[in-house]
Amino acid sequence: MATLTIPVEEKKQTLEQEALITGAEAIAIACKLANVDVVTAYPIRPYDTVMQYISQLVADGEMDCEYIVAEGEHSQFEIVKHASVCGARVFCGSSGVGWMYAMEALTVTPALRIPLVAMVGNRALDDPGAFGVEHNDALAVRDLGWMLTWVDSAQEALDTALIAYRVAEDPRMLVPLAISCDGAFLTHSQALVKIPAAEQVKKFLPRYNRGDLLLHPDNVISVAPQVNEDWVMEIRRQNYGVTERACDVIREVYADFERTFGRKYGNPFFEEYMTEDAEVVLLGMGTMSTPVRVAIRKLREEGKKVGFVRLRWFRPFAGPELAKCLERFKAVGVIDRDFSFGSPNLSGVVATEVRSAMYTGSSTRPPVIGFIGGLGGREVTVPDVETMTDIVFQAAKGKAQPLTQWIGLRG
Amino acid sequence: MGQLFAVEIIYRGVFQKTLAKNITRDIVLAAHNQGKLGISFGRYGDSPERNGIPAKSFAIVANDEQTLEAGMAQYEPKQVDLTVVLDDTLCKGAESWAWYGLQPAHHALKPGHTLIVVSLQDASALLKSIHRREEPYKLGIVKGATSFSGMWVYKDDHTDVRILGAIAKALPEVMSLESVEKFINEKLKNPLKVTSARTAFERFSSVEVKAGEGNPEELFKFGLPRWEDMRCGVSIKGQPQGGPFADAVTGKVGGFRPVRNELFKKYSTRTQRPVVNFSTCTKCTLCWLNCPDAAFDVTTAGTYDTNLEACCGCGICEEVCPVKDCIKMVNESEFHDNNSQWAAYETDKDAYLKWLETTIQKAEPIEKRSHGFRYRGQYQEQVPEALEIARKG
Repeated sequence: MATLTIPVEEKKQTLEQEALITGAEAIAIACKLANVDVVTAYPIRPYDTVMQYISQLVADGEMDCEYIVAEGEHSQFEIVKHASVCGARVFCGSSGVGWMYAMEALTVTPALRIPLVAMVGNRALDDPGAFGVEHNDALAVRDLGWMLTWVDSAQEALDTALIAYRVAEDPRMLVPLAISCDGAFLTHSQALVKIPAAEQVKKFLPRYNRGDLLLHPDNVISVAPQVNEDWVMEIRRQNYGVTERACDVIREVYADFERTFGRKYGNPFFEEYMTEDAEVVLLGMGTMSTPVRVAIRKLREEGKKVGFVRLRWFRPFAGPELAKCLERFKAVGVIDRDFSFGSPNLSGVVATEVRSAMYTGSSTRPPVIGFIGGLGGREVTVPDVETMTDIVFQAAKGKAQPLTQWIGLRG
Repeated sequence: MGQLFAVEIIYRGVFQKTLAKNITRDIVLAAHNQGKLGISFGRYGDSPERNGIPAKSFAIVANDEQTLEAGMAQYEPKQVDLTVVLDDTLCKGAESWAWYGLQPAHHALKPGHTLIVVSLQDASALLKSIHRREEPYKLGIVKGATSFSGMWVYKDDHTDVRILGAIAKALPEVMSLESVEKFINEKLKNPLKVTSARTAFERFSSVEVKAGEGNPEELFKFGLPRWEDMRCGVSIKGQPQGGPFADAVTGKVGGFRPVRNELFKKYSTRTQRPVVNFSTCTKCTLCWLNCPDAAFDVTTAGTYDTNLEACCGCGICEEVCPVKDCIKMVNESEFHDNNSQWAAYETDKDAYLKWLETTIQKAEPIEKRSHGFRYRGQYQEQVPEALEIARKG
């Protein structure tokens, strides 16, 4: 009679481990856990730490994938596009102007229904050449059918990368997804991260299956032909259909993530901090959440009822839900780590989107003050947050405030 | 609203792109000489930068600005007052690169209006190709060999002004002969061209085409799917591989026929077609191997039969065939069906070979074909001949 024995090695694998790693390393480990088939690389800070770490995982025999160093970002994204059509789970990434150099390849992936997961190490766009974080790089694809999410910790980076493959590869979706990680603050700082066991991930993440969109000798198809005006609108409407379904799919996947790994993210689209009794709130994306939370705790001690809403998903933008959340407050301050020159009210991208969502989604429409800060990697400091909060409180009291204000600027 | 006129030019991509553009531009400028306003444009969905692809160019002329704007507020005129066909092989219908289905030459022509064809054939010969329609119309011929140029070169053989003269006769509401002559004198500055336009005007006449008269062929049409029914990922299902098929005459199964796209048929792209002598064919496979459109079916006997649904008429098969006169390209206007040559050969070898002999006599030698520009001075040599045809009418 056979005896069932669990090998020691397998037992080990079922255990969650803890490690001190950067956000970039967390993404690399997620790629290993997701058993990614094809990775393309081309160096640019701060994304390059991900490619370095993946190459190390491959060299150490921990990860088995095709690792291709391209001659530039455009090829980097073209290669994974083609591999994905052939059924490979793919990973790619870039930063700043590198991401912009790949723009033509980035543009075509949503219509071709490529579930590419990319990491954007957010970096200021040239010129001036700068390494620091700004969100305009990833935001450049916001209207093209990409899903865009911002994370604020290495743990969230790892978890979101696993979630990203589930969402992007869902047969209802099949569109590219970029995970934005703030350069330096997240990509280059180490934190304690719980790394799930491969077995758990296997349960959570089924094999990538393109169905009859697979380019294969047994499924002969022609992809990306030239068409005329009789076809383009119908093709765009198909991608519009994906955006209609996106929020439901994301909710489902987060719920399953909680069931599988036991880590709770609550509302997938935005995270609320001390908002229950808040009179005013600040809203922002990415790692600025740390100084904001610290400042809020300090302001609360002074009796100022302020809260914070951290936007996780920018595309899809959970407009009605966010508007319902924000209309509870007397005023909202949106901190943009980006710019949208010439936009309505000359605000940043997020403030403009929030106002647009509030216009239709909220009956009360509290004032929305836009702040532009932290550009090019500049620190958003605790005193900056205090200043912004004061301005938002003034707006809440009905005192007119400029709709766009620069914070942390010399001058 | 004032009076609005639309003139349509059906032409072949690359070879006649400049000619068609010149004619529509000249119509507007000549009409402007008598106080009218207008625009000229090429249909954007066409791909006139591809060899031989049927394409359209338009001139819209009105008496006042608002009427003109009403004419401009649509992608292309739904109805035209006059249609010009610059290559008589397009009388078999035009299918744009933009894939609108096979449209007859008079697709947009208003009932009772005139279809002008540049041709050396007569009306009864052309009506074997032009599809029949329910409404009567007029058919007029501008006698002349098809004027083909290249992308970078233009054969100035007076076809442009001869068409202008014919239009002034057929549709005097748009422009008078005086306006045309004034335009030529002032803009083209060529008195010889004035003569050509006037001669064309004087000689031009048209015949009435009755309802139901013409080519009875059923026009090839298809519907466009709804967005929900389209495959996603900008992808098209590939064709399955072909295989043996039943011979149309003997019923014997064998050979090889590739599966072809049911919707994409290339009839109207062709200005010439290969004619094959099956009795001298050595079955060397070169035509079949080199055909860029997989247009050849391998017959049960191992010969190669042109499938005319798939043939673009490029002539590569003729060029690679090592046997003298085994494959000859013959002008498309010599044919009025797309039937299998192999079937005809099998049915009656002697009759086929006899037909072949007379047919390939009509094949122009390669160096005289209307396609292409081969050496400097070629057009200058060809123009006097064209002018002679124009003079004789």
